[in-house]
Amino acid sequence: MTVHGILINAEDNVITLLENAASGPVAVVGETQIKCLELGEPVESGHKVALRTIPAGETVIKYGIAIGLATQAIEAGRWVHLHNCRSNLDARSSTLDLKTGAPSDTKYT
Amino acid sequence: MALNSANTTWQGYLRPDGRKGVRNLVLVVYTVECASHVAHAIGRDDPGAHVVGFPGCYDNAYAIRLMLALARHPNVGAVLAVGLGCEYTQPARLAEAVREAGRPAEWFFIQDSGGTEASIQKGKAIVAQLKARIADNARCNMTPADLIVGCECGGSDFTSGLAGNPVVGRLFDKLIDAGGAAVFEEIVEMIGLKDVLTSRAASDGVCQQLAEAYDKAERYCKEVRQYSISPGNFAGGLTTIEEKSMGALSKSGARPIQGVLKVAQPVPGPGLWLLDSVPDPHFMQFGYTNPNDTEGIMDLISVGSHIILFVTGRGSVIGSPVAPLVKITGNPQTFAKLSGDMDYNAGCVLEGQRSLDEAADELLELVLGVAAGNLTRPERLGHQEYFISYKHQDAPSLEAGCRA
Repeated sequence: MTVHGILINAEDNVITLLENAASGPVAVVGETQIKCLELGEPVESGHKVALRTIPAGETVIKYGIAIGLATQAIEAGRWVHLHNCRSNLDARSSTLDLKTGAPSDTKYT
Repeated sequence: MALNSANTTWQGYLRPDGRKGVRNLVLVVYTVECASHVAHAIGRDDPGAHVVGFPGCYDNAYAIRLMLALARHPNVGAVLAVGLGCEYTQPARLAEAVREAGRPAEWFFIQDSGGTEASIQKGKAIVAQLKARIADNARCNMTPADLIVGCECGGSDFTSGLAGNPVVGRLFDKLIDAGGAAVFEEIVEMIGLKDVLTSRAASDGVCQQLAEAYDKAERYCKEVRQYSISPGNFAGGLTTIEEKSMGALSKSGARPIQGVLKVAQPVPGPGLWLLDSVPDPHFMQFGYTNPNDTEGIMDLISVGSHIILFVTGRGSVIGSPVAPLVKITGNPQTFAKLSGDMDYNAGCVLEGQRSLDEAADELLELVLGVAAGNLTRPERLGHQEYFISYKHQDAPSLEAGCRA
């Protein structure tokens, strides 16, 4: 069963997965020459994968706009999320749990 | 708009100020937390009586404007205001304002009414009388041009910007083209999009209003050091507030923005309107915006929204009092998991079963059915969450067409 990822805007450098994906090929839907992307790791439905290598400090582009900055070099086919992409404005989000988004900075004692 | 939708008419309720409503409710309003238990007991198990209230003892101009807007909403036929007896907010004044707007209104203090049990009985008797009085409220023809529809999104995930919000955006375009009005808010979820927002202005004056509202929202987020994005949003695939914002803004469709409204400022006319619920500067800076989705929904109802469209990705079960809430998800898995709570699966667009336009037509037909009296899932389940809190907003100027 082919997993699909959607490229929303021709300028985007990430695609969004429409199903859960294991490492391996993903079919890319959208205005791009790249019709197939090789995932380097399992990525969950709804999450983003780099369409091409994004150097550290470069903008991550989705919907044709800058949605954040790469905090380290991201190879094509790698998961793009809190561990390697940060907002231009929101500092707290970089401290949240990568999988659940739960905060680590609030005391419960 | 599909031709049959544009020509749809149904019977609404004609209010003394000429506004038309799609429900005929009695609203029970309590004026301090101490009166909450009694007020809820009065309205419990009565679908024709909704309950809202303000928890604070010290009064707040913003909260009173919001309560008055709910009490005089076109969907409300009559009001019972319930207070404890020592608080600042005066239930007598609320009832008087409602009566001046031509609607029956009563009030009492629990301290003067014999306490809990006697007050509950008294309140139920008053509500029964009020319901009888408004049972034959004047009716009137309504068309899509008479409707004001508000949209809020909550529990967003990656589908919100791909399906849920875009379907509502297309519906907004169709409703506006038919002469109706649409309202959206959550400026704190337009972060990074100042240029996109101002480019939608209907005039230079509106462009200025949008720029100021945006700057205030961004400043607010920096000051409270919290952006409007939550753990579930991140788990659902959204990585930054900028990404969430693009998805959130798509609920506004493509029509020009006619102006920026403050909370409780009536929608001035047809077209698309942006509601600003961010607090204004004050000597004692206080008040949150969007501490939860329910507050945003209250704000949309306060400007006159007849019906609320709520778009979720992760799944939300909330409803609202006064204005029926239509629950929409762009995530087919969420629609299946929480099907008893869902009115519309906009995820049909993601699955290729409908085009965006077809889904918008389908949803609009559903919304017009709700206007004509069909109950939404949240209505049937009895969800009537509300949230009225302390805040400061500068009262809109008289030129903007609203009493301060």
